[in-house]
Amino acid sequence: MVLAEHTGGQVSDETHELIRKARELASELGGLTEVALLGQTDLSGQLPGADIVVTVDHPALVEYLPEACELAMLEVLAQRSPRLLLMSNGTIGLDLAAALSVRWDAPLATCVSALEIDEVVVTATAQILGGKVLVRVELPGGRGIATVLGGAFGTETPQSSLAAEVVHVAPPAGLDALRMSLRRVVEADSGDLDISSADMLVSVGRGIESQDNMEIVAELANALGVPLSASRPVVDAGWLPKTRQVGQSGLKVKPRVYLALGISGAPEHLEGMRNAELILACNTDPGAPIFGVAHYGTTVDLFDLVPELVGKVRG
Amino acid sequence: MRIVVALKAVPDLVEEIDLNADQTGIDREYLTFVLGEWDAQALEEALLIKDAGGAEVVAVGLADDPEIDQILYAALAKGADEAVKLTDASGTVSPGPAGIRLADRTALLAGYLEAQPADLVISGVQAADDLDGQLPPTLAALLDFPHVSVAVSVEVDGGSVIVRQEFAGGRSHELQVRMPAVIGVQSARQAPRYAPITRIKQAMQTGELTEWAVSPRATGRGAVVRRMQRPETSGQAEMLTGSAGDVADQIVSLLRARGLVKG
Repeated sequence: MVLAEHTGGQVSDETHELIRKARELASELGGLTEVALLGQTDLSGQLPGADIVVTVDHPALVEYLPEACELAMLEVLAQRSPRLLLMSNGTIGLDLAAALSVRWDAPLATCVSALEIDEVVVTATAQILGGKVLVRVELPGGRGIATVLGGAFGTETPQSSLAAEVVHVAPPAGLDALRMSLRRVVEADSGDLDISSADMLVSVGRGIESQDNMEIVAELANALGVPLSASRPVVDAGWLPKTRQVGQSGLKVKPRVYLALGISGAPEHLEGMRNAELILACNTDPGAPIFGVAHYGTTVDLFDLVPELVGKVRG
Repeated sequence: MRIVVALKAVPDLVEEIDLNADQTGIDREYLTFVLGEWDAQALEEALLIKDAGGAEVVAVGLADDPEIDQILYAALAKGADEAVKLTDASGTVSPGPAGIRLADRTALLAGYLEAQPADLVISGVQAADDLDGQLPPTLAALLDFPHVSVAVSVEVDGGSVIVRQEFAGGRSHELQVRMPAVIGVQSARQAPRYAPITRIKQAMQTGELTEWAVSPRATGRGAVVRRMQRPETSGQAEMLTGSAGDVADQIVSLLRARGLVKG
């Protein structure tokens, strides 16, 4: 079963990816692919690849609300008893997967980049410690949950010629006695430039070490006439605004050139930039995961490289 | 108003992480451990709530976690009112391949919170060495508290908290959540404050770490680790060699070929 995620009336790309993977796993066992669609049930036509769409309808589910989604999912899981629940590794996955693991009594694998299933066990590959270690885990027992990294299973939308059967699950009573409510939706800040439309990005990570050093890379971005972007730690530290963040929880970019300076390449970040046409990575750690997606790399220190680049670009 | 902040240390990601001999776990012996980056944000957010209106902040860690004394003293130096180390009274908790298992950790915290209730439990949304899931939703499920993760601000409003939950691309929801609640912090409203070494040393001399023994309840099965390995990064990127100047030349050539540099 896949938990569908949707924003602004559109089912997310990650959801399509998960449905595709679910179909592949289901076919190994001669099983079915079900998609749980909570709240916006008119989107059931946007889920190609689903054999069954399981819907729960209730005002508290129209926009994502953690407690409401959790109660609705527990009801769906109890009624449908899937072998494996797939969710994406974003906000909803971070909110719910571990809670469902406790309350549905199912082992959980997070940050998953590979999945296999047989009659007895689900096997997953999880990426931990910023992608520096891969862990092969088994989920024992008859059921499990996996939160999956975006891009792990390819991005084609599955094709399905048959319309899915729609099953309605009655909303559980708890949805009328919630301990939280949504006050308002705040759209993303659109004041800054849009890094996803840039031809090239100079992107900086933890390796820049301090806010004072930011001017070094800002100068390079200026010399090239391109925007400066960053990985999550730089934004969380307040050194660049959220609009410059590249990654799963920031923006996904596909520039012609992505220059990664002092970025280690945690899975969360790679999700945001791995499809750039030309990726150049500078990191003093030769084992940094960024070198797994970069086309060219160097272990020269960015503090030595960047001034050289500025000099040569300026001519 | 009582806020419990759950803290733990994780391997410093700047370093190389070695695996143990049979590749079933991380070789923890020579690793440097630092306070988890999201836990640091969580502590900051708790201290901001305290700054705004007189809450009591209690930093809590597990006695068997690496560097826990250092982390708790630093929390006191930053402004926490109390620091507590939890010990396992049952003697059944032992570290797994990535340290103490999440199920055991949350069982100990739940036991402590049942004895010493809090209005808010705040922790980092995740930790770099998470294997079985994240702490905040797991703890909330054990305690049957409402929970919100990926929070970027938490403010108290009577018997509720107003939490901003962030989604991909910067969109966010403002939620009102009745306390007691568990919040998983992604980032605080400002960068984590710095505790000078002198203040930490002072905390070590005058501050006290309270030890609290908990008999954790039984836990369910988690994922079973079969093997750990380093990802294969070799053979992917073509590595540019030479001095910084040589490498810069090669990069500028690549950019020039794509019309991104004049000349």
